[in-house]
Amino acid sequence: MASVQLERVSKRFGSTHVIDEVSLSIDHGEFVVFVGPSGCGKSTLLRLIAGLESISDGDLMIGDKRVNELSPQERGVGMVFQSYALYPHMSVYENMAFGLKLGKASSESVAERVKETARILQLEALLERKPKALSGGQRQRVAMGRAIAREPDILLFDEPLSNLDASLRVQMRNEIARLHGRLGSTIVYVTHDQVEAMTLADKIVVLNKGHIEQVGSPRTLYERPASKFVASFIGSPSMNFLEGTCRSTDARETRVELKALGEVVLPYGVDSNAVGSPITLGIRPEHLTPVQATGSDAFEVINVEYLGNECCVYVDSDAEQFLTCRVEADTSIARNDTVSLRIDTAQAHLFDEHGQALVRAQDSA
Amino acid sequence: MTVHETTTATAGPKKARQDARGTKVRRRRVRAAWLFLTPMLVVLALVAGWPLLRTIWFSFTDASLSQMGSANFIGVENYLVYDEGWYGLLADPLWWQSVWNTLFFTVISVGLETVLGVIVALVLNAKFRGRMVVRAAMLIPWAIPTIVSAKMWAWMLNDQFGILNHMLMGLGIISAPLAWTADADLSMWAVIIVDVWKATPFVALLVLAALQMLPSDCYEAARVDGISPVRVFFKVTLPLIAPALMVAVIFRALDALRVFDVIYVLTSNASSTMTMSIYARQQLVEFQDVGYGSAASTLLFLIIALFTIVYLYLGRRQLGGEQ
Amino acid sequence: MTLTHLKRAVLKLGFWLMVITLVVYATFPFYYAVVTSLKPSSEMFKVGYWIDSVDWSNYVAVLSQKAFVQSIANSVIVALSVVAIALLLGLTAAYALGRVRFKGRTRVMMLVLGVSMFPQVAVLSGLFEVIRVLDLYNSPGGLILSYTIFTLPFTVWVLTTFMRQLPDELEEAAIMDGASPWVTLTKVFMPLLWPAMATTGLLAFIAAWNEFLFALTFTLTDSERTVPVAIALISGGSQYELPWGPIMAASVIVTVPLVILVLIFQRRIVSGLTAGAVKG
Ligand SMILES: Nc1ncnc2c1ncn2[C@@H]1O[C@H](COP(=O)(O)OP(=O)(O)OP(=O)(O)O)[C@@H](O)[C@H]1O
Ligand SMILES: [Mg+2]
Repeated sequence: MASVQLERVSKRFGSTHVIDEVSLSIDHGEFVVFVGPSGCGKSTLLRLIAGLESISDGDLMIGDKRVNELSPQERGVGMVFQSYALYPHMSVYENMAFGLKLGKASSESVAERVKETARILQLEALLERKPKALSGGQRQRVAMGRAIAREPDILLFDEPLSNLDASLRVQMRNEIARLHGRLGSTIVYVTHDQVEAMTLADKIVVLNKGHIEQVGSPRTLYERPASKFVASFIGSPSMNFLEGTCRSTDARETRVELKALGEVVLPYGVDSNAVGSPITLGIRPEHLTPVQATGSDAFEVINVEYLGNECCVYVDSDAEQFLTCRVEADTSIARNDTVSLRIDTAQAHLFDEHGQALVRAQDSA
Repeated sequence: MTVHETTTATAGPKKARQDARGTKVRRRRVRAAWLFLTPMLVVLALVAGWPLLRTIWFSFTDASLSQMGSANFIGVENYLVYDEGWYGLLADPLWWQSVWNTLFFTVISVGLETVLGVIVALVLNAKFRGRMVVRAAMLIPWAIPTIVSAKMWAWMLNDQFGILNHMLMGLGIISAPLAWTADADLSMWAVIIVDVWKATPFVALLVLAALQMLPSDCYEAARVDGISPVRVFFKVTLPLIAPALMVAVIFRALDALRVFDVIYVLTSNASSTMTMSIYARQQLVEFQDVGYGSAASTLLFLIIALFTIVYLYLGRRQLGGEQ
Repeated sequence: MTLTHLKRAVLKLGFWLMVITLVVYATFPFYYAVVTSLKPSSEMFKVGYWIDSVDWSNYVAVLSQKAFVQSIANSVIVALSVVAIALLLGLTAAYALGRVRFKGRTRVMMLVLGVSMFPQVAVLSGLFEVIRVLDLYNSPGGLILSYTIFTLPFTVWVLTTFMRQLPDELEEAAIMDGASPWVTLTKVFMPLLWPAMATTGLLAFIAAWNEFLFALTFTLTDSERTVPVAIALISGGSQYELPWGPIMAASVIVTVPLVILVLIFQRRIVSGLTAGAVKG
């Protein structure tokens, strides 16, 4: 069983804490994606699991064995690098066979494994070529082939698609998903790309400055972000935030006074300690609807972006940033119109002054 | 045991220890690194470290070439001793002359090589047809064995039949042939001519490499401003290539301080061109006086070590400043 | 208008004069050695700038001396062995110094750099003793051993700079494949370092081929000498009657292979020299 368990794992380079007491558990066969801003420690965490960096503190378990001290090969992990890192002087076949041969496999079984891997990745026709003579997508597949040839229980990917162009990326994304279905191995995958994260992951781990902000399914992260950080990181265009104060809350509703939009009533209760303190209301662009202005609370439309399947409407509010609304493509709203805004209150999120989400009463029950 | 106790007693040291040890992979790599270094270190110890120590030891003994094993310790007598008058290396005028000769040779030849090297590099840096051919031609003096170049020049500098005298007389610069290698006033200059000929390409190549890495935009800016090329060279180019030039100068200076081959072939053991290396080897091999020769070698080593330490110190500071 | 034209023409003329002067300055001594070596001994002492007639008698004289031919063989054996040893030890050391971070690395680097600056005379007496103890006096073995003092540090230094340029991820990929450091070095890095090894090997070869002081001191008999010593010791009846024709012929014989090598590999040599010096 190739489950992975991190228990208060830390990594220091000299005196800088790059990973700070991260605990995480990954089930066998799960597809886990690490996301987070640049420099937050995604690669480092992956390399700790791989065994390429030493763990400063804490325990890393694979199955039920502590593997802090083991080499990558003993851990049974394979890795696909961002730059592919194919051996330039070896053919595709040799690239994939290298690890197998080092594992002292017999030459027939090596040939068989490589053939099988090549078949899975549709590389059969390219086996004799050198990496130089391959396209970006083909190199990517060879890199994956090299990682899976030894049938590791755990596959690690560090931004494997970031060197590919957009259409190839979509194609490879699907291939990786297919591969996961087929091999059933545990996959840990680092990416910058939200779409990759949302589409591939069983479980997304959002990292920020060396600690975990939230772990959850793509849906959980999107619908119930645990913090303002996660809320703003997941989703594109990103969530709108409005400053305000919590007036009252009970089991069924919460009254919030927003600086820009006045009083709003949300159809759920939160922790009563929040009453009277400053809060932030978060609302996704698709839940913020502009309507032709009637009353006094009218705002100017800064810009309307036509995206084919939808439009983005940017509205000047008194909030620090423009508010973004997502509307039908055939909207009649145009630049310089004045609009008022409707909030789909059931979909609004509340965050306290530290940026933590206020848990809805019915969720915590 | 005690180590074990302390590690379980407090969390602090345990953390530190775990950090330092790293993973098995890392430890294996560090072990492999030392294993990989061992052959080199052993060989260097055998050919450099140990012999150096022995040389220093010999310099305090009366060892001779035929019986190096049974040498007696005689203190600093090889360096300086009073026995109705001062004797020893430090009291030998020939030693001091060879120190002076070495320094003179080093300063003049390295100075000339630097100036000529920069000029050659500037020429080679210009874009013109046949640049590669010229660069290849410049490599020839560098590739020719020192002994061979010394012999070739000895022939060209030959007092009776040498082509150099022939040329100079043909041009009317001199009226009678010069005895380049035999005349005590000229022989050092003959040596310098040969050394400059052979080593200038080395300096030129290093400077050329530095020149080719210079950003071209500051030149364009200077050209737009209409600054004269000479000023551009001194204000822009020279400061930028200074580090590379420095390296070249130091390498050359270290070579010049230990100069042996050229002089041995051109003027043999003549005192007017005797350098520290020539002096030391003469004592060691020809006079078989290992003790005394080792004393001279040791002093030469100290001078060069001093030079090297200054260089390493400056180099390290420079590296530190860059990071 | 015409004045600027004139100025430009003069500048151009001056530049080309300079280029020609440089080429003549660099190549003339070698050219003149060739001219001299092709003269019959009767014309030896008439100064001439051109090759009038080709007379091989000097070459015949040199090559018919068994000792000289032997010395060429010695030089080849010594230089090739030194290159092989320096590359083997240098490659492993460069891997350690270039790719592994460990305590004391800087100190080892400094040590290597320090040794490369050693004056050879400083170790002469001590090395003489070592060579005699190892019973290598007056044999190629003694020279091969002693030449490592200047070829090895240099090789290590240059190969280390090349080794550092290889991408980290390549080595990590090898680690993920379960390769030990030795396998990584021999199976992954070495094939990629062939050009660098050729460069350093060539430079080490030239250095060993040209060495004089050790060769002079650690050999005794004609049959064990290397070419530079053999040439330096060619002598005639008296000190004033050096046989210049054969000396020049011998000089040309040992230099031509080097010059050809250098011309073929000039790009490599330049990169090797600068890697060794500038990065230091
Ligand atoms: N070897 C190292 N020594 C010191 N600091 C390091 C080292 N490796 C990484 N870091 C630091 O650790 C932090 C996390 O780096 P890491 O590469 O894990 O980020 P990342 O999340 O993968 O970023 P990116 O998305 O840009 O790849 C960075 O601030 C980086 O500077
Ligand atoms: Mg990264």
